Amino acid sequence: MSDMTPKPNLSPGVQTQGGIGSAPVPVIEHGEHSLHDEHEHHDQHWLWKYVFSQDHKQIGKQFLITGILWAIVGGTLSSLFRLQLGWPEGTMEWLKPVLGGWIQAGKLNPEFYLALVTMHGTIMVFFVLTAGLSGTFSNFLIPLQVGARDMASGFMNMLSYWFFFLSSVIMFSSLFIETGPAAAGWTIYPPLSALPQAIPGSGAGMTLWLVSMVFFIVSQLLGGVNYVTTVINLRTRGMSMSKLPLTIWAFFLTAILGILSFPVLFSAALLLVFDRSFGTSFFLSDIYIAGQALSNQGGSPVLFQHLFWFLGHPEVYIVIMPAMGMVSEVLATNARKPIFGYRAMIGSLIGISMLSFVVWAHHMFVTGMNPFLGSVFMFLTLIIAVPSGVKVFNWLATLWRGNIRFTAAMLFAIGFVSLFISGGLTGIILGNATLDIQMHNTYFVVAHFHLVMGSAAFFGLYAGVYHWFPKMFGRMMDEKLGYIHFWLTFAGVYLVFLPMHYVGIAGFPRRYYAWTGFDAFSQFADMNKFISIAAIIAFLGQFIFLFNFFYSIFRGRRATQNPWNSTTLEWTTPVELGHGNWPGEIPAVYRWPYDYSKPGSESDFIPQNVPYSQTKSSNLPYEQELVD
Amino acid sequence: MTVLTISLVLVLLLVVFGLLFRLQIFTSIFSGTFTRDIGMSNSVNAILMLVFLVGGGSWFAYSFVENFSKMNPPVASVHGHQMERMFWITMAVIGVAFAITQTLLFVYSYKYQYKEGRRAYFFAHNNKIEVIWTIIPAIVMAALIFAGWKAWTRITGPAPKDSVVVEVMGKQFNWLVRYPGRDMKLGVVNYRMIDAVNEWGFDLSDKSALDDFTTSEVHVPKGVPVLIKIRSRDVLHAVYMPHFRVQMYAVPGMPTRFWFTPTVTTDEMRAKLGNPKFNYELACNQVCGGSHFAMKATVIVDEPDDYQNWYAAQQSFSQKNPEVMAALKQKAKTMVIPVAAATKEIEAAPVPLAASY
Repeated sequence: MSDMTPKPNLSPGVQTQGGIGSAPVPVIEHGEHSLHDEHEHHDQHWLWKYVFSQDHKQIGKQFLITGILWAIVGGTLSSLFRLQLGWPEGTMEWLKPVLGGWIQAGKLNPEFYLALVTMHGTIMVFFVLTAGLSGTFSNFLIPLQVGARDMASGFMNMLSYWFFFLSSVIMFSSLFIETGPAAAGWTIYPPLSALPQAIPGSGAGMTLWLVSMVFFIVSQLLGGVNYVTTVINLRTRGMSMSKLPLTIWAFFLTAILGILSFPVLFSAALLLVFDRSFGTSFFLSDIYIAGQALSNQGGSPVLFQHLFWFLGHPEVYIVIMPAMGMVSEVLATNARKPIFGYRAMIGSLIGISMLSFVVWAHHMFVTGMNPFLGSVFMFLTLIIAVPSGVKVFNWLATLWRGNIRFTAAMLFAIGFVSLFISGGLTGIILGNATLDIQMHNTYFVVAHFHLVMGSAAFFGLYAGVYHWFPKMFGRMMDEKLGYIHFWLTFAGVYLVFLPMHYVGIAGFPRRYYAWTGFDAFSQFADMNKFISIAAIIAFLGQFIFLFNFFYSIFRGRRATQNPWNSTTLEWTTPVELGHGNWPGEIPAVYRWPYDYSKPGSESDFIPQNVPYSQTKSSNLPYEQELVD
Repeated sequence: MTVLTISLVLVLLLVVFGLLFRLQIFTSIFSGTFTRDIGMSNSVNAILMLVFLVGGGSWFAYSFVENFSKMNPPVASVHGHQMERMFWITMAVIGVAFAITQTLLFVYSYKYQYKEGRRAYFFAHNNKIEVIWTIIPAIVMAALIFAGWKAWTRITGPAPKDSVVVEVMGKQFNWLVRYPGRDMKLGVVNYRMIDAVNEWGFDLSDKSALDDFTTSEVHVPKGVPVLIKIRSRDVLHAVYMPHFRVQMYAVPGMPTRFWFTPTVTTDEMRAKLGNPKFNYELACNQVCGGSHFAMKATVIVDEPDDYQNWYAAQQSFSQKNPEVMAALKQKAKTMVIPVAAATKEIEAAPVPLAASY
């Protein structure tokens, strides 16, 4: 590769002299410097360094590793129920040593099947793709990319992880209790989730689910407030909002979504706790169950759905937007091109964020909600296709006439775009209230969201891990294993979820233990077997990644400072990252983050901290004016 | 023992794999390939992109055509045909978008793979094309929204006055069905009166409940609008009849409804499909507990005359269960407020779907 000329000025202190005009060094710089020195020179006990760390990088890694562990659990659960769906007549006796009483006479217990589905959804949506994805990368990248020593509050950040940890422990323990974990679906619609008489999982399992989610929400809020504050207040000199990398914009807006929507889930959970334990009737009315008429009257199960989806819908954007941001970054870096339409990308993120709050009831078209509301939400929902389309077109335009290097991260970023298109388009069908009458709660929905927010977000996560691994651990992951991992996963995901659309168009209901009882749902036995095999192979393929990841942490090739020749600030830090991120002063920022292959510049990238005065040959006219 | 053997083999395989991997790293370091940033693998991946597009695309097209007949449950209602048409038109629209964008994605990835000495084109934005690709999807969406909205208001609009009425009630784990009887009025039901015999909770002090009859199958006439009233007595359920393109939740405490017009009788459909065992089915499509997957009812579409005959031959619930009647009379004497009057209030409370009636 070409050398780094003009040389990004990595030595601190010198840089500031050559800034725009003669930028005065703000007083605060000295304060930060001494603060940082203080941190550097005392050896921390390992307990404070690795466990109760307040360092954003360490916390990011903690989120990542916990997320990975959860992903293994979530994936294993899905393999179990795919076994059931692929071979409804088959014996599961061989799983008895693991599942014990949940296997009865060689058959999986149908109630436990629902528990598997519920926990798979809960784990993947919240613990892996919210905490594991946004938790990891918001923590790791925000201070590094905006040029801050750490998060606004390291202590709160630490609490954020440990609340997540506590929540994880509680949720995990619910897998082992006698009545089984929550089993009312990850959307926990009451009355099913409120009444232990209705399903055993709604006993202690549901209680643990709710308690766990409360801690999870606390964790999200502590994290979110920190992310927003850091982005607003701790940007380095010159880092205006219009010079932020798209990753940061995505994390920033994601955090805002979380702060505004998670409290509503909290309230829903709280009211459900009241209904379950204190005899209130927020969601219960006119119920006769297990030979008894309950005294609850006047509650509305539909109210719960409104509260749940008021979080639930922004939640899917909380999952996908960080992935969008990271993919934008990875695509631009490896196509060696500026991201196309930087401002349009920010605009579409903002558009999606705002719309995400006013579309929730498209999950409820056929729940008995007033049809007029259905019309309104159909209108608002389908509008989201416009900013989403803009993003896709801009990614395509970024690849156009690029000079693409296929790193593992780049492959996953391209895969992300492909999956986002495939899954996003079917949203146009589901968002249409009329068509949703038939498609609601079928496998068409399952296929849709697994492509667009499940797999796509996972691909964003993988792109992020492969791309920022050198920054996280100072070593490189093995590229060839990365390629194998990508192609196996990419093909696997399509082999699983494309045929699932066929099953859905045929009307197969989701959350069915078996379809053999219905003539209408009996024609796709072979297809379900095929899907199950593909799903299990794709899941096993993820162990290639796991091996690569853990192996490379300890034995991977040592990384160079800027292995991808990227422009953003995190690559100006040393390979061995200490607390405080930059050993000297924090570099100032002079330009946007996407000066790749700029005409007139010898190097094909110009880092953000290189002033225009050093790049006279490549400055655009208006940039030159800033120097003159 | 087998478990032990299998795990041993797995462990050995892992060890071999690990050693091979280590060896590969050492050789690559030794031969110095690690210093070359972009090598063979770049073009291999670029070619795989094309292979994936062509191979994956053909597999998709093939499997789609192959399974097309299987994925189309026969349609048997008036609005079902409209929905079907709208579904496939929308599929065609998104299919075009799918084909174009996926092709561009993979072709660009292949075509613009790294080449020594080439430089990417610095192309940061272009307002004109950005406006174009914002406006075109917006127009397409507007058209789809409009079509969807028209159909939605028609389908969810008020049922015709002459509709046949049938009520289903979901419970764990089967469907209860009742008809209004001769007076064409459904009687009051009260969940507090439910017991093993009186599964509906008929309040027989309400006169219109006296001639209501219950069945285990849903009978509806062909060519006549049918209004399905829907209740649940325990948790959420959903009435899902894929052949009629009908779906509506059953919500405890909030009666819902859906109307449709069947177009093909069960017999006709059996002849059409060449399957003498064919039956229309009503499935529960909102998770409701362990046996959710087995919660079904059979729907039978009759010729209108047959339907009339069948309807007239049914015996009402109160006739079939005189002891419930007797017990109720006893109970009514001891109560201060007649139960029917109390529940009527609840019935009259504003219910979203009822607003249109």
